[in-house]
Amino acid sequence: MSRRIPARIPGNWAPYILVSPFLILFAVFGLFPLLFSLWLAFQSWEPTSGLDAMQFVGLDNFVFALTDGWFWKSLYNTLWLAIVSGVPQHLVALPLAVFLHQGLKRWRGLVSGAYFLPYITSTVAIAMLFGSLFSTDYGLVNQALHALFGTENINWMRSPDAIKPAVAIIVFWRYLGFNLVLYLAALQTLPQDLYQAAKLDGASAWQQFLRITLPGLRPMILFGVTLSVIGGLQLFEEPFILTNGKGGADQQAMTVGIYLYRLAFDFSDFGGASALAWIMFGVIAALTWLTNKAFAERQVKA
Amino acid sequence: MSGLHSLHRRHLLAAALGGAVGLGEARELPPLTVAAFPLVDVIARDLLKSWAPSHPGLRTQVVSRQFDDHHTAMTTALSTSGHLPDVIALETSYLGRFALGSGLEDLSAPAFGAERFKDRFVPFAIDTARNRQGAIVAMPSDIGPGSLFYRHDLLAQAGLGEADLTRSWESYVEAGAQLKARTGAYLIGDVRLLKDIIVRAGTPPGEGQYFDNQGRVQVTSPRFVRAFELARQVRRQGLDARVEVWFNDWAEMLKRGRLATEMSGGWMAGQMANWVAPGTAGKWRVAQLPENTFCSYGGTYYAIPRRSAPEKKQLAWQLIQALTLDRQRQLDAFRSQDAFPALLAAQDDAFFDQPVPFLGGQHARVLWREAARRIPVVRLHKQQKFADEVVNAELDNVLEYGKPIPKALEDAQALLIHRANR
Repeated sequence: MSRRIPARIPGNWAPYILVSPFLILFAVFGLFPLLFSLWLAFQSWEPTSGLDAMQFVGLDNFVFALTDGWFWKSLYNTLWLAIVSGVPQHLVALPLAVFLHQGLKRWRGLVSGAYFLPYITSTVAIAMLFGSLFSTDYGLVNQALHALFGTENINWMRSPDAIKPAVAIIVFWRYLGFNLVLYLAALQTLPQDLYQAAKLDGASAWQQFLRITLPGLRPMILFGVTLSVIGGLQLFEEPFILTNGKGGADQQAMTVGIYLYRLAFDFSDFGGASALAWIMFGVIAALTWLTNKAFAERQVKA
Repeated sequence: MSGLHSLHRRHLLAAALGGAVGLGEARELPPLTVAAFPLVDVIARDLLKSWAPSHPGLRTQVVSRQFDDHHTAMTTALSTSGHLPDVIALETSYLGRFALGSGLEDLSAPAFGAERFKDRFVPFAIDTARNRQGAIVAMPSDIGPGSLFYRHDLLAQAGLGEADLTRSWESYVEAGAQLKARTGAYLIGDVRLLKDIIVRAGTPPGEGQYFDNQGRVQVTSPRFVRAFELARQVRRQGLDARVEVWFNDWAEMLKRGRLATEMSGGWMAGQMANWVAPGTAGKWRVAQLPENTFCSYGGTYYAIPRRSAPEKKQLAWQLIQALTLDRQRQLDAFRSQDAFPALLAAQDDAFFDQPVPFLGGQHARVLWREAARRIPVVRLHKQQKFADEVVNAELDNVLEYGKPIPKALEDAQALLIHRANR
């Protein structure tokens, strides 16, 4: 039996056959949708008429998407959420990581694990949990605010002013631990002798942080910020579930991700949605490049 | 791996293949498949059961999914032409959407000849099933003639009569203010419902709610201004409870008599009697909507996908006829499921003249029948769903931020013009 296998399968095929499960799955679930959406971006398609109902429309979908009020509205929402939830993530995670690294020895793993927990929790569970925390009349958030500041109950989910901050808080809370773990890992790779030498030279803790820790962390900051930029621009699940897939009052929590989903599946405009997806691809690529550029330049100077 | 094992496996494989081939030889037709959602699936299953004696050897299958899942699955099936069922049950709003494309079979074609049945149905129901070329693409089964449900006891307590509610939309709101002052009950769940129905009331027959027949956006027309103004007035006077239909708060308010009126399809009587607010039996009455507005809330249709298996299409068509044209079957569904028949022949049964206990013995079915025959056709536009949302968002802006109504409507108009011809 085992002697017959090489006879059936030529030896030089073996590597391809062995990697084929991945390649086939990738082609079906990765490559095909990618190319199909590129194809769709240039078509006008009423989906229920079947695949043969597509019509080539050139750049119409792109022109439509770029002149659409809702695209700019959702792009603004996305950027707002990316900045308001993303910047504090790093501003808090970095000092926190330094504190955990230096201040806690035995409990470091447990504490950073606790911070990391939201990241691995199901989004649906999180959204439901926060849905009840942010409930207008019975939610803990409103009760705490009322007890502390005597504020009126805020209709978090249905008022256009409140929904964006609510989503930002959730995203911040969820991804803080992820960044914390990134920074902790990077801190552990910094050579201890640098700190010892600095101490001998009489450098204060603040000087050590500024001159050793920060420069040492720069590659990881670049990595973390890049992930936050990409993740922030692709934000979908949290606001989607919190707002029942609609984007909230006055679409104030409708990110580009949600809008392009809705454009396709709620408003049956697959061509427009595909064009939007590729525009977003461009935006994300550009911002990632900018992030790289911003950090790389300083690296040269340093 | 031992030789014995592989032998075993090969035998198994051969046996399985042989079995599959054997099955393939035995069957002539794959099963006749009906895709439906809850309640409709029961009706289809019952019918297919009764078909068994007269159709020996015919295999049938009812694929049932939850309401939203069903329509999503049908959208996918139609767009890829894969795994298409032979008969599709469709809710009105989705029918409108699907009829805009070419995924549904033209039942007016000679092979089916649906036109010969057109006078057997309530006019609006069959006209709603026509596509843009005027061909019938689905057959109506049940409809939801709209009416105004109101709490008789609360009205009496406030010293008001039915006419105070129905004379005009303005008097409806005025009566609401008195109701609130004297009984503390809210007039309506959410002003959005009021806005929608006033817009519907002002829409000329045969045109769309947001777009006219030439596809021009109508959002700044007087009917929208009036609807927005009345909605704002209701909100300012605190007459709406700000609860959404089907949510817990809404059901709770109905149970406790905190909502004095409800605008919905006739089937709402059954829903309230069975589970929403059974304790309020006898306290509700129905009237025609204010200013004699007639519209339909929901309804079910049956269609054949254009690209389903051609050899089963005639059988599917027979099934649809049995589902929609049989008087007794329609009446049974009305009795058991509150599915108000679109079939005219089913509307002259003595059942219609019987009092409805939940509505204090009112002869409500006669009122719904009257309404059903006067409902005008409303054309759906491709961008209907988007328009709904844009207009609702602008209403929120008016109500929450005091945005001036003309500005709000102009903004909505601009967004809709941009995609009117997408």
